[in-house]
Amino acid sequence: MGEEEGLHQTPFLDTMFVRGLKRKCFDGEEDIEGTLAGIKAIPSYNLQRQSLLDMSLVKLQLCHMLVEPNLCRSVLIANTVRQIQEEMTQDGTWQMINTQSTGQASLDRLVSTDILCRSSRDQAEGKHVPAYGTFNKDFENDQAQDSSDTMSTASAVQAPRNLQSSVWEMENPQENKGNFQKSLDQIFETLENKSPNSVEDLFSEVDNSYYDLDTMLTGMMSNTKMGHCDSLETFSSSTNTASNSNCKSDLNDLDHIVEILVES
Amino acid sequence: MGAILKPRTLPRLRAAPSRSRPRSRPRSRGSPRHGRSVSPPGPRAGTGRAGPGPGPAGPRERGAGRAAPAAAAGCGARRAGPGAGRFAPSVPPSLAHRPFSSAVVARAAGDGGGSSSEVQWCFLQVKGAIDEDVAEADIISTVEFNYTGDLLATGDKGGRVVIFQREQETKSRPLSRGEYNVYSTFQSHEPEFDYLKSLEIEEKINKIRWLPQQNAAHFLLSTNDKTIKLWKISERDKRAEGYNLKDEDGRLREPFRVTELRVPTLKPMDLMVEASPRRTFANAHTYHINSISVNSDYATYLSADDLRINLWHLEVTNRSFNIVDIKPANMEELTEVITAAEFHPHHCNVFVYSSSKGTIRLCDMRSAALCDQHSKFFEEPEDPSSRSFFSEIISSISDVKFSHSGRYMMTRDYLSVKVWDINMENRPVETYQVHEYLRSKLCSLYENDCIFDKFECCWNGSDSTIMTGSYNNFFRTFERNMPRDTTLEASRESSKPRAILKPRKVCTTGKRKKDEITVDSLDFNKKILHTAWHPMENIIAVAATNNLYLFQEKVN
Repeated sequence: MGEEEGLHQTPFLDTMFVRGLKRKCFDGEEDIEGTLAGIKAIPSYNLQRQSLLDMSLVKLQLCHMLVEPNLCRSVLIANTVRQIQEEMTQDGTWQMINTQSTGQASLDRLVSTDILCRSSRDQAEGKHVPAYGTFNKDFENDQAQDSSDTMSTASAVQAPRNLQSSVWEMENPQENKGNFQKSLDQIFETLENKSPNSVEDLFSEVDNSYYDLDTMLTGMMSNTKMGHCDSLETFSSSTNTASNSNCKSDLNDLDHIVEILVES
Repeated sequence: MGAILKPRTLPRLRAAPSRSRPRSRPRSRGSPRHGRSVSPPGPRAGTGRAGPGPGPAGPRERGAGRAAPAAAAGCGARRAGPGAGRFAPSVPPSLAHRPFSSAVVARAAGDGGGSSSEVQWCFLQVKGAIDEDVAEADIISTVEFNYTGDLLATGDKGGRVVIFQREQETKSRPLSRGEYNVYSTFQSHEPEFDYLKSLEIEEKINKIRWLPQQNAAHFLLSTNDKTIKLWKISERDKRAEGYNLKDEDGRLREPFRVTELRVPTLKPMDLMVEASPRRTFANAHTYHINSISVNSDYATYLSADDLRINLWHLEVTNRSFNIVDIKPANMEELTEVITAAEFHPHHCNVFVYSSSKGTIRLCDMRSAALCDQHSKFFEEPEDPSSRSFFSEIISSISDVKFSHSGRYMMTRDYLSVKVWDINMENRPVETYQVHEYLRSKLCSLYENDCIFDKFECCWNGSDSTIMTGSYNNFFRTFERNMPRDTTLEASRESSKPRAILKPRKVCTTGKRKKDEITVDSLDFNKKILHTAWHPMENIIAVAATNNLYLFQEKVN
């Protein structure tokens, strides 16, 4: 049973969260060092929080792909994300992101901000601190000053927020479709802008996490409505028609991504 | 004693057993949307199962005025006294293709109030298919008794409504009193496609609410995500014979053949139950309807979606009044949605609505046309020691129900049930933990989305006991005066005639006692979200996925 698996999958997270931990400063510092070092054995509070943030963002983005997103669920998940983000801002974790400006770091950020989020286990390896600067305007301003690589990062970062708001704006269906289309395009655009070779390189780096994501998604998507595969394919096909013809080679990659996500 | 009879199944209205429906494909509108559905009532003599009857042969077909095969079999009508119409002919063996449930009633004596001694529940009936492969369309999505408790309505994800009627006590079958048999089945809502938004509108019945009976017919409101319908369920046990212009089989007569005039006479016929849609209240909700509630004036009702509440008059379908609107100007600022709403049972100007932040607002419609300003605001202060990232999600209220007296209201959040005195806003008067052992599993439950399950709750007739569901097909009752609580399970294993339900226990400590269940072995796919309690007696209906269990109080 997916649910039973789900109960066993995150024993650490459960133990940590049940006590309702307040953030601890020393934990944060520990975590920063751990991140820079690269390997963290015991998931600290920050890592727990980070994985929860990842999970929530994936849930939000997933439910945008459903034809009928459940508004109550979306609101609750978004509030959770906001709460984590506020805490991270108070923590000072956001500022730490701004200091990283190496090319490698920006590439990692690009990977993390698109819809292929990592699983919590990869998180524990402390590969990077993802730049979910959606709610942080300062972060976006800083990003704008960086190289073109990070410019596309910023646009990808904006995508989750656009998705979030667009799914709630159901009263303006035309706008809504436009926004949704636009934000989906933005996500795909960031991948399209890369040359085909770099796209391959991108995904070869995160090969293992791909399949972990699938496992995680399986548990989540077992409760979602069936048949959203079709809608997603509809969207991907409409994205195909809308995008430029000179990006055709990348579109096959996009279909591949979409298929893996949706597990058709 | 005889062979053990297998439980019967609900009539299947669709040919295809299970379907995975592509979401974006528009459906063809071949069949008339508002056909009349006609079916014979279930076999009162209990010889056979509730006949599938003349329900739609194909998936979407609903023939109007389809004659019941039972009538043709010539069982002969039995009419009880005037106006009763309860007695039905026995269904001929050809229709009774499956033996009926073996459940025998433990005769309930007296009012079943369950005063001082603990109520013991025993199995009464179970409705629904046995097979493991559950079609999603058969999943029950709402259960509701009517005001007298004689009728029990269920709605499912396939848009169907099935109404059960309680057996009357007869001399020939004294033990059959209390059994519920199928009375009527009809397709209430069809899946629709909103072309403007390219969204499919589910046909799942979110709520059913009965109207108080005012004449021989029964009325109920059923709603899906967008549209509310008023259905009339009426019995017909007479038909007119001897028309002048028509033959007996309905063909028009040649005018020159009419040689004499006669007055048509009413002849008895086999009882037929007809369900017809009388009103359709549509196009008033942008978001998904989660509640409907009939007002005590029996003329108006409210419907609530995620952000708005509308007030309707039962006679008027082209207009509704918006009485609550919590949609922010900028949707990005949305942090709270409406989760449930209900009218006060006695004061026709008072209603409450609950939110995803765990608050309840009581509004008085006399104060303003738009009740955005609440009259009372109910919120329990948060316990800072148990704060976590999931605090808000588990505080989201999934159901709110007034007590029959109107003095109290009950709210259900993820882990607990709270009883509030409507005169006290700062905290509930009673809090009952439903499954506190899940608190340590919240992250996993968040991951697999179970944390968003919306459980309902209900009062018994005397407001002394409340009931709500849990996982693993467990449901819990809490007696308020004692206080005493029981955990019971709706399962096939305990579905034996007169079987007393054994209380279950979930092991929370490390050492598991005999008959206890550990938290990790709970089946989170088997959730009891919908329960209903008979308004006067101790009979409860519990919906477990696609099965409806009926339990009755055991009286020694």
